[in-house]
Amino acid sequence: MSLKRPAKDQPESFEFNSSSLEAANKIISKYPKGKQQSAVMALLYIAQKQNDNWIPLVAMKYIAKLLDMPYIKVYEVATFYSMFNLSPVGKYFIQVCTTTPCMIRGAGKLVEACKEKISENGSELLPDKNCSWMEVECLGACVTAPMMQINDDYYEDLDKEKTLEILDKILKDEIPKPGSYRGRINNEPENGRKTLMELKNA
Amino acid sequence: MLKDQDRIFQNLYNDLGSDLTSAQKRGDWVNTKEITEKGRDWIINEIKDSQLRGRGGAGFPTGLKWSFAPKEVGSRPHYLVINGDESEPGTCKDRDILRFEPHKLIEGCLIASYAIQAHVCYIYIRGEYFVDGQKLQAAIDEAYEKKLIGKNAAGTGWDLDIYIHYGAGAYICGEETALLESIEGNKGQPRLKPPFPALIGLYGCPTIINNVETIAVVPTILRRGGKWFASLGREKNTGTKIFCISGNVNNPCNVEEEMNIPLKELIEVHAGGVIGGWDNLQAVIPGGSSMPLIPKEKCETLTMDFDSLVAEKSGLGTAGVVVINKDQDIIKCMARIARFYKHESCGQCTPCREGSGWMWRMLERMAKGEASKDEIEMLGDVTKQIEGHTICAFGEGSSWPVQGLLRHFKDEIKKRNNFDPVVKETQNIPYLVDQHLLDKNA
Repeated sequence: MSLKRPAKDQPESFEFNSSSLEAANKIISKYPKGKQQSAVMALLYIAQKQNDNWIPLVAMKYIAKLLDMPYIKVYEVATFYSMFNLSPVGKYFIQVCTTTPCMIRGAGKLVEACKEKISENGSELLPDKNCSWMEVECLGACVTAPMMQINDDYYEDLDKEKTLEILDKILKDEIPKPGSYRGRINNEPENGRKTLMELKNA
Repeated sequence: MLKDQDRIFQNLYNDLGSDLTSAQKRGDWVNTKEITEKGRDWIINEIKDSQLRGRGGAGFPTGLKWSFAPKEVGSRPHYLVINGDESEPGTCKDRDILRFEPHKLIEGCLIASYAIQAHVCYIYIRGEYFVDGQKLQAAIDEAYEKKLIGKNAAGTGWDLDIYIHYGAGAYICGEETALLESIEGNKGQPRLKPPFPALIGLYGCPTIINNVETIAVVPTILRRGGKWFASLGREKNTGTKIFCISGNVNNPCNVEEEMNIPLKELIEVHAGGVIGGWDNLQAVIPGGSSMPLIPKEKCETLTMDFDSLVAEKSGLGTAGVVVINKDQDIIKCMARIARFYKHESCGQCTPCREGSGWMWRMLERMAKGEASKDEIEMLGDVTKQIEGHTICAFGEGSSWPVQGLLRHFKDEIKKRNNFDPVVKETQNIPYLVDQHLLDKNA
């Protein structure tokens, strides 16, 4: 249960634009009649996407009205789940995994790189709002550790130099290529796998 | 080593492509109709014969779970929910199924839904796997287009809709009742059991919840027969399993292997050995972070299945093998795991909410050598007070790794933390608080 606080500066109003509304209605239709509350997480994602990767309080009120549920329940959900950002994050939002499997493969070096290039403390927004980073818990790519996530994409098999390269690109507003930085496209062992050999040679 | 033709996930490394045409070449969707025509009882019995146990961590027999669903659909519809909220540190197997073998999962959903009489299936995927979830969505769309799911799915006469529901970064939602709460649009806080979800689950309706890997192996089991699956591994621990080997090994990888494979073979053959050689091994976490670690001496002969690991006071869990070599500080590693649990506790039960932070703070001090002698016993006591005193298994999950550390590395902690807080007479510290009573000239 992480401690999360909504941002101090909140916009006055929020409304889904037409494409968001269409996506929202499509999601609501996935759930049985009268159970539209199930869509709350998906709608928070949509609001987050529309609003530069963070959710203002007015958006929660808007979603509560849309789904016919109490505002406090939307607030409860938004504060419970760690992927909902309640205050502004960078256009490139970097999450470095530092849980044990990544830690023993050197995730500390990735954190160092972020500190050098972006900000000394995590969750600090650069003045141009381009970039922010934070430490997170296991992102589920332990075989390709250490790794980090930038927006939706995974950057795997990193070390300090490669992280610095990626961060340099981002600071220049270029999107680096996601995936493994040791050339893997999957989770196979690198130096000579012992299984499914026929398929490999086919 | 398992023969290649006995591997279920032929496309684990994406040599063949994950689209429908390539999947059909591998045998997916070939005779789905014939399988369902054999009837619900046949399917459930075949799964029972295969002795398939859930791949999500607890290892509950899948056939038995399915048989808990009511035989007749009453006023409430049945649901199938797939648990793809893979967040256990050390585990990344479901991700490969989602992105490389989505059709095995979708076909498994159809067969399982048919067996438990569900018309709607929700696949819960952790929010971080958005890109992989999109790949699964593409496969679902493809299946709808080819009429493999939807109305009269794959010609079976059964209607099935499959929807993806994304989580949002809460480990606890991998617990089945928390997952249901999350789908219903609430905070992911586990429910008390009973009632079990098989009778009162999603929206109060009968619900069967299975892991991604469990469902994805079902079609192959039914095609090749429960007996074939049961012939792999050993009694009650049958079949194949995707192992994720991470940490201090030369070639960390995912590999599908037979149950009951020796741990040493897994590390030496598939993962290229421990960094610095086998003698540099310190300990192994055999089944994701919630399972107690196992020291090197026992790793020599250990075999990887549910029951043999329980005999070692650990567990197979999700089969996420984290190898820790002697270059690592074992107390620090465990302190980091404790921090993970402190961060992820949902806060519903007091022992877990307070205890997880307590364990983390103590372990951090122990890693630095700032704890006192007594605290080592106290830490053990704290773990005992969390374990078994919570609604869900998170309490066990957070206290077992700490207990494992205390069981096998107590000497290491003692060596580092030998500070004794009790004031000794020999240290010649004035006992009296009333300083003014002391004779200054004495």
